[in-house]
Amino acid sequence: MTILIAILSRLAKAALTLLAIAVLNFCLLHAAPGDPAVVLAGEAGAADEQMIAQLRERFGLDQPLYVQLGKYIAGIVQLDLGYSFRQSAPVIDLIAERLPATLLLTLTAFVISLTCGIALGVAAAARVGKVSDSLLTTLALLFYATPLYWLALMAVLVFSVWLGWLPGFGYETVGADFSGFARAIDILKHLILPALTLGLFFMAVYMRMTRASMLEVSTADFVKTAKAKGLSGAVIRRRHILRNAILPVVTLAGLQAGQLVGGAVLTETVFAWPGIGRLMFESLAARDYNTILGVFLVSAAMVILFNIVTDIVYRIVDPRIGARA
Amino acid sequence: MWKRFRSNIGAMVGVVLLAAVILIAIFAPLIFANTPWQMVQRPFLAPFSMDSLPLGTDTLGRDVAAQLAYGARVSLLVGLVSTLVALLIGVPLGALAGFYGGYVDEGAMRFTEFFQTIPNFALAIVLVAIFEPTLASITLAIAIVSWPPVARLVRAEVMSVRKREFVDAATLAGLSKPRILVRQVLPNTVSPIIVMASLMVATAILLESSLSFLGLGDPNAMSWGYMIGAARTVIRSAWWLSFFPGIAIVITVLALNLIGEGLNDALNPHLSRKGKA
Repeated sequence: MTILIAILSRLAKAALTLLAIAVLNFCLLHAAPGDPAVVLAGEAGAADEQMIAQLRERFGLDQPLYVQLGKYIAGIVQLDLGYSFRQSAPVIDLIAERLPATLLLTLTAFVISLTCGIALGVAAAARVGKVSDSLLTTLALLFYATPLYWLALMAVLVFSVWLGWLPGFGYETVGADFSGFARAIDILKHLILPALTLGLFFMAVYMRMTRASMLEVSTADFVKTAKAKGLSGAVIRRRHILRNAILPVVTLAGLQAGQLVGGAVLTETVFAWPGIGRLMFESLAARDYNTILGVFLVSAAMVILFNIVTDIVYRIVDPRIGARA
Repeated sequence: MWKRFRSNIGAMVGVVLLAAVILIAIFAPLIFANTPWQMVQRPFLAPFSMDSLPLGTDTLGRDVAAQLAYGARVSLLVGLVSTLVALLIGVPLGALAGFYGGYVDEGAMRFTEFFQTIPNFALAIVLVAIFEPTLASITLAIAIVSWPPVARLVRAEVMSVRKREFVDAATLAGLSKPRILVRQVLPNTVSPIIVMASLMVATAILLESSLSFLGLGDPNAMSWGYMIGAARTVIRSAWWLSFFPGIAIVITVLALNLIGEGLNDALNPHLSRKGKA
C-alpha cells in the first residue's frame, strides 16, 4: 500500500516536472534570436512565406504570451510536439520511430555497467591494497577521464576497421533482409560496440562507488560480529557487506540515468545508431528546433521513468525505506 | 595539509601534467609559428613524417600540434570559467537553503531537484543550439547544468556547521544572521567546495569537448572536441586526427581528477581513500 502511494506521488511529481520542462521549452523557443515563427520552421529556406504565415496563425504568435503558452502546453499534452519541416513529419512520429533503438541501447548499457561495475568494485575491495586492486582502480580512473565519443571512435577503429570483428556502423546490416533469429543476432552484433562504449564510463563510476562503499561498510560493527561468529570472508562479503554497500550505488545509478541518456546522443552519433540521440544530432545541423526540443522533452521523460523504476527497486531492496516514509 | 598532498604520488602526477598543459596553452603562440587555422602543408600528412609538423596535418593541411596547443586554451578557459559561474549559482543557493531552512530550503531544493532531473548534457545541447555557439554561451550552458551538486553540497555542509557552538556564540555576541552566514559559517565549508570544484573543471572540459564534437563549438575557437568531430568521418584513413586530441583530453581530465582526489585526501584525512564517484 505504501508503495502504491509512493508511486502515485512520484507520478504526480513527474507530471509537474514534465510540465515545467515544457514551459522551459516554450521560453527557450521565444528566447532564441529571431522571429519565433521562423525559428519554429527551422533554418531559413526550409519553410516558405506561406508556411510561416500559417505557423503564425496556428500558434497565435500575434496573441499575448500566456495564450501562446497555453496553446503550446495543450499541444504537448495531446502528444503534439510540433512539426519538423526538415524531415516533413510530425516530431512525435520521428521520435516514436527512433525510441526503441535508444531504449535498447541505453538499457543494455545500463545493465552491463551496473552488473560489471558492482562485480569489479567488489573484487577490488576484496583485494584492497594489492596489485590487482591498484590496476582496477587505475583503469577506472582512466575510463573516468576518457571522453565517451572518443572511446567510441577508437573502438570503431580497432574492432571494426583494423580487426574487422564487429560492425561499427548502424543498427542492422542494410539490405541483408534477415528475419527472426538471424535478425536478432545481427542487431546484437551491431549493439555490442555502442553498448560497451556507452557502458564503460558508467562502469568506472559504479566500480569506484561500490569499492568505496564496500570498504566503508566493512568497518561496521555487524561485520565484526559476523567475523567473530567465524563466518568465512566470502560469505561476509556477499551476505553482510554487499547487501548494505549496494544501496548508495543503486541511488547513484538512478541519479546517473540522465547522463546515460545524454551519453546516448554521443554514442548514437558515432555509431550511426538510429535512435533519438542521433535524431537530435541530425537536427542540430539543420537548426530543427522543434525536433531538438521534442527529443529533449522525451529524454527527460525517460530519465523520470528511470528514476521511478530505481526508486521502486530501492524500496524492494531496502524495506527500511518504506517503513520510514 | 600541503605535506599530505605532496606525499600523494597520484596528485603530484596530476599537478605536473596539468602544469604542462597550462604552460603549453599559455605559450602556444611562442612554441608554434603556425596558427591553428593556417594551411601549412598538404592535407593528411601522417604524424612523425616531418620534424616541423610532428603530429601531421589535418583534412585542410593545418598543423595538428598547433591546433592541440590552441585547443588547450579553450578547454582550460571554458572549464575554469564555467566552474566559477556554477559556484556563483550553487554556493549562494545552497547556503541560503541550508542556513535558513523552512520554506527557503524547500523552494531552493525543489528548484535544484528539477535541474537534476533534466538530462544535463541534453539541456546543454539545447541551450547552446538555441543561443548560437559562442564561448560565452557554451560556458554559461555548462555552468547551468553543473551547479546543482554544488548547491546540495553547500546546503549539507552549512546545515551541519550551523549547529556548531561557535555559531551559537556568534549569535549571542549579537551578530546579524547574514553576517554569521558569510563570516562564520561559509568559511568552514570551503574545503569540500574546493575538492568539488577541481572535479567540476574536469567534467566541464569533457562537456565542452562533447559539445564541440557535435558541432556546437565556437566557430572562432580551435578546440579538441571540434578536431575529433571534424576527423570523425575520415577515421578510416587518418586515425591520428582523432587520436591525438582525445589523448590531450584524457591527460587534462585525468590530471584534474588526480588533483581533486589528492585535495580530498589532504583536506579530509578522516575520509581518505574513499574515492567518491
